[in-house]
Amino acid sequence: MKPPPFAYVTAESIEHAVAELARSDGEGKLVAGGQSLMPMLNFRLLEPSVLIDIGKIPDLTGISETGDGLSIGALTRHVDLETSHLIAQRFPVLTEAVKHVAHIAIRNRGTFGGSLCHADPAAELPMMAVLLDARICVSGQGGNRQIPADKFFLGALTTDLEEEEIVTRIDLPYLPESTGWGFEEISRRSGDFALAAAAATVSLVDGKISEVRLAVTGVDDLPLRIRAAEDALRGSELDDAVFSSASQIVRDAVNPNSDVHASADYRRHLIGVLVGRVLRSARSRARGGA
Amino acid sequence: MADKCRVRITVNGVAYDQEVEPRLLLADFLREDLDLTGTHVGCEHGVCGACTVLLNGDSVRSCLCLTVQADGAEITTVEGLGTVDNLNSLQQKFREHHALQCGFCTPGMLMTATDLLSKNENMSDEELREGLSGNLCRCTGYEHIVNAVRAAMNE
Ligand SMILES: Cc1cc2nc3c(=O)[nH]c(=O)nc-3n(C[C@H](O)[C@H](O)[C@H](O)COP(=O)(O)OP(=O)(O)OC[C@H]3O[C@@H](n4cnc5c(N)ncnc54)[C@H](O)[C@@H]3O)c2cc1C
Ligand code: FES
Ligand code: FES
Repeated sequence: MKPPPFAYVTAESIEHAVAELARSDGEGKLVAGGQSLMPMLNFRLLEPSVLIDIGKIPDLTGISETGDGLSIGALTRHVDLETSHLIAQRFPVLTEAVKHVAHIAIRNRGTFGGSLCHADPAAELPMMAVLLDARICVSGQGGNRQIPADKFFLGALTTDLEEEEIVTRIDLPYLPESTGWGFEEISRRSGDFALAAAAATVSLVDGKISEVRLAVTGVDDLPLRIRAAEDALRGSELDDAVFSSASQIVRDAVNPNSDVHASADYRRHLIGVLVGRVLRSARSRARGGA
Repeated sequence: MADKCRVRITVNGVAYDQEVEPRLLLADFLREDLDLTGTHVGCEHGVCGACTVLLNGDSVRSCLCLTVQADGAEITTVEGLGTVDNLNSLQQKFREHHALQCGFCTPGMLMTATDLLSKNENMSDEELREGLSGNLCRCTGYEHIVNAVRAAMNE
């Protein structure tokens, strides 16, 4: 189908976008890359009164070092995450994850901020935000605030954003040195959303796990950190027995759906397998393997 | 109907300055307003790839882009690659390798392959297949398409 009629405004600045959103009384929609919004308009799932195009706001672009981390503009396109040397150097797990997002033509348009705000429960980048303890920087009528990623996602397609708020940047704090990582996804076809995906980072001190993070997507209403599994792993000796119990904790913690692509039981099975795999690759990378 | 917006867009080297409805998809602007019907429309939600065009050199889905968003951009469609009497080298390889049957997917395949080849002249087989995997073909079984793009790359 074709989109319903709407008015169109090109926002010149963050303030302009916020003012237009406020003026639209909840009827307006921001558009960034359009790669999630346009399908919804073509299906007529949405009928906004006005589309506010934030795609030309210079303050929303660029990837820069802040001293304790990277600050990534909300408009950074998937392809720019994929090819950024800074990200490859500091967050190779993100470089790997973004390769699993859709296909080249969609990665050429879709943005980091748009993916987080769309909050698809099987999307890779929201899981990355949760894994990497991202701070999501937001501007609204009341000023600016930062939302920790694990408070940002509230459910399927639902975030903590207020109606007239806009995500401006995503800040990622650096990981400790000698941190290894793992990312694994199973999808029906390359570029599809995940049936299940998992990612981990493991930091070692004296051969033991000093810090560990474990995140999953596709197996609940929102991307999740599995803190109980992290607690079981922290301080342990990194052996396969501990990894198996972590997998079991994850299987018990998630609440997957059944749909045409896979049953809930299959997704629950998969996520346990993937958790084992990401922990093993994170372990070998943390020990200096490739 | 919402107020029209003025757009200035260059398509295959020709500059256009027009008023369009904000909701007009780039795919429909190309097909209906400019009569460039080489760009095909299959699914209208980004999945099939038939509508792929280049926007400032990068492949994009023209069904997921509003014409107003392309204001100021340079668009290349399949009509900008070669002509019937003078196919470009990629099109020539598609012909030699039987990379099309009904031809519905072909414009999107050509535009995607053009983008892939412009970014990496040395794709592994896996990279090539992965790169083309966002475009659906219901006829060929893909093998001939992969062969044609590989031949163009190795030329
Ligand atoms: C065929 C296809 C396959 C796909 N496969 C995958 C996949 O495998 N994995 C995956 O993760 N994604 C996938 N996607 C989605 C893609 O990654 C989108 O790019 C992304 O979800 C949204 O980013 P966008 O910039 O295009 O956002 P838009 O579509 O422009 O916006 C999405 C939503 O976010 C809001 N928004 C956008 N930017 C901001 C901002 N800065 N502040 C506040 N609100 C904002 C918009 O108002 C809208 O509600 C796929 C899309 C398609 C069409
Ligand atoms: S018509 Fe655009 S991707 Fe199918
Ligand atoms: S040739 Fe018929 S769809 Fe590809």
